[in-house]
Amino acid sequence: MAEVDKQDLFTAVLRLADDHLVLGHRISEWCGHAPMLEEDLAMPNMALDLIGQARSLYQYAGEIEGKGRTEDDLAYMRRERDYVNCLLVERPNGDFAHTMLKHLWFAAFMEPYWKSVMNSPDETLAAIAAKAIKEVAYHIRHAGEWVIRLGDGTEESAARMAAAVEALEPYLGEMFEGDAISEKLAQAGILPDPAALSADWQQVVGPIFAEAGLEMPEIELKQRGGRAGVHGEAMGYLLADLQHMQRTYPGTQW
Amino acid sequence: MVIAAATKKDDASAAYAAAASVPDPEVPCVTVADLGILRDVRMEEGVAVARVTPTYSGCPATVAIELAIEAALRDAGFEARIERVMSPAWTTDWISEEGREKLRAYGIAPPQKASNSVRALFGETQVACPKCGSDETERVSEFGSTPCKAHYRCKTCAEPFDYFKCI
Repeated sequence: MAEVDKQDLFTAVLRLADDHLVLGHRISEWCGHAPMLEEDLAMPNMALDLIGQARSLYQYAGEIEGKGRTEDDLAYMRRERDYVNCLLVERPNGDFAHTMLKHLWFAAFMEPYWKSVMNSPDETLAAIAAKAIKEVAYHIRHAGEWVIRLGDGTEESAARMAAAVEALEPYLGEMFEGDAISEKLAQAGILPDPAALSADWQQVVGPIFAEAGLEMPEIELKQRGGRAGVHGEAMGYLLADLQHMQRTYPGTQW
Repeated sequence: MVIAAATKKDDASAAYAAAASVPDPEVPCVTVADLGILRDVRMEEGVAVARVTPTYSGCPATVAIELAIEAALRDAGFEARIERVMSPAWTTDWISEEGREKLRAYGIAPPQKASNSVRALFGETQVACPKCGSDETERVSEFGSTPCKAHYRCKTCAEPFDYFKCI
């Protein structure tokens, strides 16, 4: 495997892990609140996929770091400024239109991402990717079906879907933002350059938006900061909920 | 030395038999060996090392399964260790013929074969009803009672049933 700095690899894996944990947590918030029983089963199912992927990534990040931090330490015991997820995934769920759009955009980004990682010389990441790629396929289908149903639905649902696109569009560009770390990993062939995935992303999202009667947004860098640990107001509330048990009873186990 | 080697080999097969008998906690009609999630058991310096692979990344039963296999090995008198193997990724194609039959008898439609294409996931058109065998079935939801199952309904006998998803 091409040489990369351990710290860079750690940061890159942590970003991925945080994206998956935070989105998984958001989707899990629908558990018990979804509008119908089938969705109430579907949402925790997919939240479990994302949290499971996050766990594998945190375990690996802990190994790379080599300071003895476990997946739980990384998931539960860091401060807000230490989380390096993109801002899109932490946006509040809002209505079903917002939730499904956010999930579709993220899953459509991760599909080409994992596809690339499957060929990574890093065997751990390649193994995680080989599992995740099967799961992300039905995440796209599930979220995509809802985006079409709502976008091409009633006047009310179409208006809500359009409002969701407008509300989340400013957070889209950051997902594709590269920096010195992602460049180094891309050069070593370990993880893809996020910026290089925009065409693949458009290929997945484009037909869904066309069927839903929605206008495709431009991928432009607007809101940013998540990768540097600068988050929106919603993140603090999310972490309070996520970390509550471990902060109150450190080291507690099921 | 020959005797020692033979004993070691017997140990490994005894350890495998102990581990293989563990039922899946959520689908107890099949064992971890039927499902193909128990890869193998090897003796390493007197320790029985069971290699186990998770089904879905987020399957909450993964830890329970690992603990149950470890306990079964200890009960059989082995020092035991579990190794989680991620690659190659588990596929429903690894479910044995016997396992498929057990699932059907239990009322769960077994997964269809050859799941290698990601695009083919859930693209299947015919899932036979495990009760009456009719192909006239419809999908109620892609997500069922556990991450590995989808919810179906038979249009012939009206039976609702789980389908073990193809992955």
